[in-house]
Amino acid sequence: MTAVDSQNALSMDPAADTAAPPPDKPERRNWAPYLLSLPALALYAVLLVVPLAMTLLLSLNSFGFYTGIQDVWQLGNYTDIVTDDYFHEIFLRTFRIAVLVTLLCAVLGAPEAYVLRRMKSPWRGLCLLVVLGPLLISVVSRTLGWALLFGSTGIINTALMGIGLIATPIEFMYTETGVVIALTHVLVPFMVLSVWASLQRLDPQVENAALSLGAKPFTVLRRVVLPQVVPGILSGSIIVFALAASAFATPAIIGGRRLKVAATLAYDEFLNTLNWPLGAAVAILLLIANVVIIVGCNRLIERRYKQVFE
Amino acid sequence: MPYLVLDKLTKRFGQWLAVDNLSLTVEKGELISLLGPSGCGKTTTLQMIAGFLDPSGGRVTLDGADLLAKKPNERGLGIVFQSYALFPHMTAAENVAFGLEMRSIPRADRDRMVKDALQLVGLGAFGDRYPRRMSGGQQQRVALARALVIKPSLLLLDEPLSNLDAKMREEMQIELRRIQRTVGTTMILVTHDQAEAMALSDRVVIMNKGKVEQVAAPQDAYDNPASAFVANFLGRTNLLQGTLRQDGGGCRIDVAGTAWPVAAELPAGPGVLTVRPEKVTFVDGAGVPGFVRARVFQGTQWLFEIQTDAGPLTVIRQHDGQILPAENERVTVGWRAEDMRVMAGTAGGA
Ligand SMILES: Nc1ncnc2c1ncn2[C@@H]1O[C@H](COP(=O)(O)OP(=O)(O)OP(=O)(O)O)[C@@H](O)[C@H]1O
Ligand SMILES: [Mg+2]
Repeated sequence: MTAVDSQNALSMDPAADTAAPPPDKPERRNWAPYLLSLPALALYAVLLVVPLAMTLLLSLNSFGFYTGIQDVWQLGNYTDIVTDDYFHEIFLRTFRIAVLVTLLCAVLGAPEAYVLRRMKSPWRGLCLLVVLGPLLISVVSRTLGWALLFGSTGIINTALMGIGLIATPIEFMYTETGVVIALTHVLVPFMVLSVWASLQRLDPQVENAALSLGAKPFTVLRRVVLPQVVPGILSGSIIVFALAASAFATPAIIGGRRLKVAATLAYDEFLNTLNWPLGAAVAILLLIANVVIIVGCNRLIERRYKQVFE
Repeated sequence: MPYLVLDKLTKRFGQWLAVDNLSLTVEKGELISLLGPSGCGKTTTLQMIAGFLDPSGGRVTLDGADLLAKKPNERGLGIVFQSYALFPHMTAAENVAFGLEMRSIPRADRDRMVKDALQLVGLGAFGDRYPRRMSGGQQQRVALARALVIKPSLLLLDEPLSNLDAKMREEMQIELRRIQRTVGTTMILVTHDQAEAMALSDRVVIMNKGKVEQVAAPQDAYDNPASAFVANFLGRTNLLQGTLRQDGGGCRIDVAGTAWPVAAELPAGPGVLTVRPEKVTFVDGAGVPGFVRARVFQGTQWLFEIQTDAGPLTVIRQHDGQILPAENERVTVGWRAEDMRVMAGTAGGA
């Protein structure tokens, strides 16, 4: 589901100026485009629409410890979630983590992309590879790496205590801080790529023009470069937010059983409590929240930048 | 004292010599045009003066001070970029205001100056438009207004009028000339339009392959081209290959069997004779024989293509009632010795 979310966000990228020419008068219907998109549509239907519909139906069933899944249609699971503080806390935590990760990714990724663009030819490719490298490694192994670093006897705590900065180990494992750090590491390449793409569209002469008009380099950055890459940062943020809010592996490993987020909650309901309908309801709510937030942000961006980048 | 001095300015891109030992002095208040074929290094030269490209060698001084030591944002030059380089996220008015903001001009003055500048380029009603929503010519005028509004003492214009229609271009030319005259702005103008260069400039610099071929007043460059390249590049000209000889009477050049006296002392060997089409006449006596291959009426003048033994020759005659030869007629053409220029070398070597 996460991969599809990110692709939706990509295709909604407001800065991608793919202004299609107005379609010709349809004198004779051209079937080629439909036929060509048929395999993708079939895949989409089988792998996304059908499971989603089944999840939705499942979420309406009820569940009893002794009776199992009951084939009845009711909204009980949803009212349970909406009224229970336990679920509130988890959804709020998911939201908080996703927002923090998005902010951190923007703060780290945008300057990173800018610095990368300013680099000279051989170093640029090399550093880009280093930045994007994490994408080539499985999320699980990367997160386990963080777990090794984070542990109370892990490298970070040992080092910090070794130089006497802290007396007792900092709790990273099973805390939101740990999850946020690890997720940021996992997701920052998406932000770099997105900002990188909008930097590529920047005309270097425009920066020169600002310089020639007397702007200091920092002013050029703030007044000329930044506003032009804002759409890139925003579309990167949408991708990162969607991936962070629905992330599973990282919160599962770093957060463990104690620190649940929406995705791990759904997983636990399915596999531990065996309350499939409740798990399905959690998944559906997560999806709805994600879609609402992302579409809302996208609208906002599009309205704001319609005049400028179209 | 010269205002701007370019001293042996050189720029290499890898092995490619984009600008080769370019030296030029510009007086204060002068309007100088850089002319030359595409890719001859005009933009590169301007970019080095502006500080966006580091020269591979040479010096630039402005008003006696070393310009290369200053950062681009401290040079205070006005620049119109070939690609306009407008800020896409700012409206036309915000674009024009940017330079004033950087100079901390108070808000009220700024608004007035921006309005005046946009009015000047005929875009008074377009202040709220974003560049993407403007035509090429409109964008170009915003770029011009943005450079003019800061009242720089040196203005670098890289084909600033290339996208304007004939009428608008003429208005802007007059405006540039007026600013240069009244404010005393020094301008370096890159243009592909020879008429524009001729009409506006105090001097023209004709460049070829990164080198300066000639620096002269427009009429001078036209009448006394320093090389076959200049003769050919500025307006139409006829290049005739001939042979230079030294004999008792001085230097002569043989073209298609006719000998023309040459005032300058040139070494014997191959030579090129250049003569402008409007200086060539049909003569009865001695001259270069040929026949009329084509003739075209151009409103106020006739254009003739004459095939001679020394190669094709273009002749322009006024449409003033004189009897002119018809197509395929045998003719003899000639010109006054003072209207031709002779250079050693071959035409191909230009
Ligand atoms: N960044 C660069 N790297 C390599 N070569 C370059 C670069 N910029 C320009 N050149 C080369 O330097 C030469 C001069 O370019 P320049 O842009 O100065 O030409 P120009 O005289 O302005 O041409 P035009 O009239 O078409 O604008 C060209 O041959 C061009 O290919
Ligand atoms: Mg150029």
